[in-house]
Amino acid sequence: MQNEPVLRMEGITKIFSGVTALANVSLELERGEVHALVGENGAGKSTLIKIMTGAYTRDGGQMFLEGRAVDFRTPEDAQEAGVVAVYQEVNLLTYRTVAENIYLGREPRRFGLVDWKRMNADAAALLKRLGLEIDPRAPLGSLNIALRQMVAIARGVSFDAKVVVLDEPTSSLTEHEVQILYDVIRRLKAEGTAVVYISHRFDELYTVCDRVTILRDGRFVATRPLAGLEKIDLVCLMLGKQREELRQGTTAFKGVTAAAGETPLLSAEHLKRGRKLNDVTVEVARGEIVGMAGLLGSGRTETARAIFGADSVEAGEVRLEGKTIRRGSVNDAIDSGIAFLTEDRKAEGIIPELSVRENLTLAALPALSTLGVVSRARQAEIVDKFMKRLGIKAANADQKIRELSGGNQQKVLLARWLCKNPKFLILDEPTRGIDIGAKGEIQSLVGELAESGLGVLMISSELEELVEGSSRVVVMRDGQRVGELRGDEISQDNIIRAMAEGATGEATPASTATAHVTDTTPPAATPPAAAPPSEGA
Amino acid sequence: MSQAATTIDESGSAGGRLARARFASFAQRQGALVALVAVCVFAAVRYERFLTEENLVNVLRQNSMLGLVALGMTFVILTGGIDLSVGSLMAVAGVAAATLAGQGALVAVVAAVALTTVLGLVNGVVIAKARIQPFIVTLAMMIAARGLVLAYTGEKSIGIGKSSGALTSLGRDFVGPVPVPVVFLIVLFALGWLVLNHTRFGRHVYAVGDNDEAARLMGLNTGRVTIGVYALSGALAGLAGVLDAARLGAGRPVAGQGDELNAIAAVVVGGTLLTGGQGSVMSTLAGVLLLGLIFNVFNFEGWISPWWQAVLRGLFLLVVVIVQNRLSSRK
Repeated sequence: MQNEPVLRMEGITKIFSGVTALANVSLELERGEVHALVGENGAGKSTLIKIMTGAYTRDGGQMFLEGRAVDFRTPEDAQEAGVVAVYQEVNLLTYRTVAENIYLGREPRRFGLVDWKRMNADAAALLKRLGLEIDPRAPLGSLNIALRQMVAIARGVSFDAKVVVLDEPTSSLTEHEVQILYDVIRRLKAEGTAVVYISHRFDELYTVCDRVTILRDGRFVATRPLAGLEKIDLVCLMLGKQREELRQGTTAFKGVTAAAGETPLLSAEHLKRGRKLNDVTVEVARGEIVGMAGLLGSGRTETARAIFGADSVEAGEVRLEGKTIRRGSVNDAIDSGIAFLTEDRKAEGIIPELSVRENLTLAALPALSTLGVVSRARQAEIVDKFMKRLGIKAANADQKIRELSGGNQQKVLLARWLCKNPKFLILDEPTRGIDIGAKGEIQSLVGELAESGLGVLMISSELEELVEGSSRVVVMRDGQRVGELRGDEISQDNIIRAMAEGATGEATPASTATAHVTDTTPPAATPPAAAPPSEGA
Repeated sequence: MSQAATTIDESGSAGGRLARARFASFAQRQGALVALVAVCVFAAVRYERFLTEENLVNVLRQNSMLGLVALGMTFVILTGGIDLSVGSLMAVAGVAAATLAGQGALVAVVAAVALTTVLGLVNGVVIAKARIQPFIVTLAMMIAARGLVLAYTGEKSIGIGKSSGALTSLGRDFVGPVPVPVVFLIVLFALGWLVLNHTRFGRHVYAVGDNDEAARLMGLNTGRVTIGVYALSGALAGLAGVLDAARLGAGRPVAGQGDELNAIAAVVVGGTLLTGGQGSVMSTLAGVLLLGLIFNVFNFEGWISPWWQAVLRGLFLLVVVIVQNRLSSRK
């Protein structure tokens, strides 16, 4: 019994309409351990969690809770058995009290009536056990987000939870609030509860977690104790690279200074937004393609959104050709000549039922119309020009965009921005989900655009793309810029090294926020260690 | 260490927020009560007959049927729903009770209330299971039930025979100085308060109105709660219809017309949010009495025509809702 894990998942497989989301994945949780679950986009973390907590049913494999085979059909089943998930967005009742939120559906009763006294006392005892000073009679809405999340955790724990899953619990918390969470996690651990901790932030993983399970592309990669696991090995496991390959590269990527003299086309300085962006500075010159590397959640997209004004920042400045862009104003950013091709073209980009023509000229319509009437002739002229220039393959301009391939849809979106004559272009994962042929076309297109004087910031998870396409690569981790590579330094090895070890190490972000990012130096104290990088099966 | 920090940091700001939330919640809950007292003082000073037992008992009795309907409506609105069928269900119950008067008062009352409870249940089942908006479902019931009762009666009232004195006494008799309908009003509001605040069903009514989806994810059977409140609303509308028929000595096919809107007005004036999740039965009682007293004041004034009375009542409703909205959004 002592050696039996609390929860054991074996050979879990899940298939969504023919696509395998999880293939033969295993996970073991010990009593009182905090177990990190990591992986890049599409790794299958959330699918695995949903199967564990009854939100999805598995298509293959077995699950054992304290040695007994279990089969959760609904989240309620899992809850009853003591396996609970606390999701990122808190799903509680704003106007009800803290105690009601914890015991909803299981209110203690006396003579058929709700026993408020006992409910409040029970809630107070539970919150105290978790080290939280929250009045159980307070309406939930009077608490801040962090405390609401703690109430959600308390609700989970109140089911006599054996396993608590925390899905990106810190994404909306401040540094101080994170400490409260850590405290709660430590108490759960001390009580013997197993905690599954999903986060993209290395600093958090290394602070609270005992072991880590890495998934990649729906497959199990490895489970390792975090103590003794070097960050660089963790990154290699996540990205599917061999540690040996890296040894050959030089570790010496020197600190670099900004291009001397010349004013950069775009300069974003000291951007700060909670814990998501911490003093990030990026400069892009005319005709330059700057790549941006980092793991999921490292602050890449956040940087792009901050430059574009889509998220308001607490501090920092964005200048285009020396002119300051109004903080948090997308309109000002666009008017100044910034274009942003987002990562999610389905949700934020294409309008599926409209034609190629309409999708392409959507943003340019005001310029193409007189008194609200769109000039068909001028529209046709522009559409024709861009369809030729970008090689958009469609039957004709009136074909619905949803009938086009992903690559061609992406080109239409690119054309939509280009017909506004931008000076600076941000590309967020420009080739994700696009077939190889179209990928190459888009990459060479971006190269041509840069040659014609456009400045480009290209975010990508594909190291090859960054290495081949960028004149400089900025590396992000945990919301900070941790390195920059130029010229010959740009290699997959060096990017991975910077992602893992970067410049800032273990120091708390707040205390090092003043250090200038361009002073990036390699971590001298961490030569490649002897730990053999074995791939788990 | 971090625990100590938590205490210091959170108690100040959370305490302040809590106090503000409680004040806004109090103002919103008790606004109707404050206005009620103000109107009473105004009327007591201005009209010497206002504070007589006769006048006050009259106001209570005139508003007791509406009060019962509004009580059911409070449960429905607390879940974030609406019930437009209650006026028609009053007529259904009144006519049913008058038709069955010969079978004895008990049979007539129970059968009539059971009938409208079932119709309310139908509302609830369609809303919960077919997931159609309450506005549409109860609008359909409002039209259909009214049509049914008009067809059944041939647009004529059905008199309650002299033989069924027990039934008419429900509308006309007194318990001590208190009219029977007012006794029903008081007892049922007390019960309603108990259910809402001290039973699981009541707390779940609040939960569903607060955040339907969250309540469902927390494992609550929200469909059952929804069906329950519409059945309850049907039952209370039925009882109101029976009392109305008993008082007038006839089941009228046109009874209760427009009462669904009066009930909604009373609930909203009381301070229950139409979006659900916040409100109480006692504030609804205050809302019912406030609207009733304003009517009473108009009668004392005498010179305001019914049309202008309607205009003033409409304006009053609007002002109350705007004030409430500001109070609750200040949170």
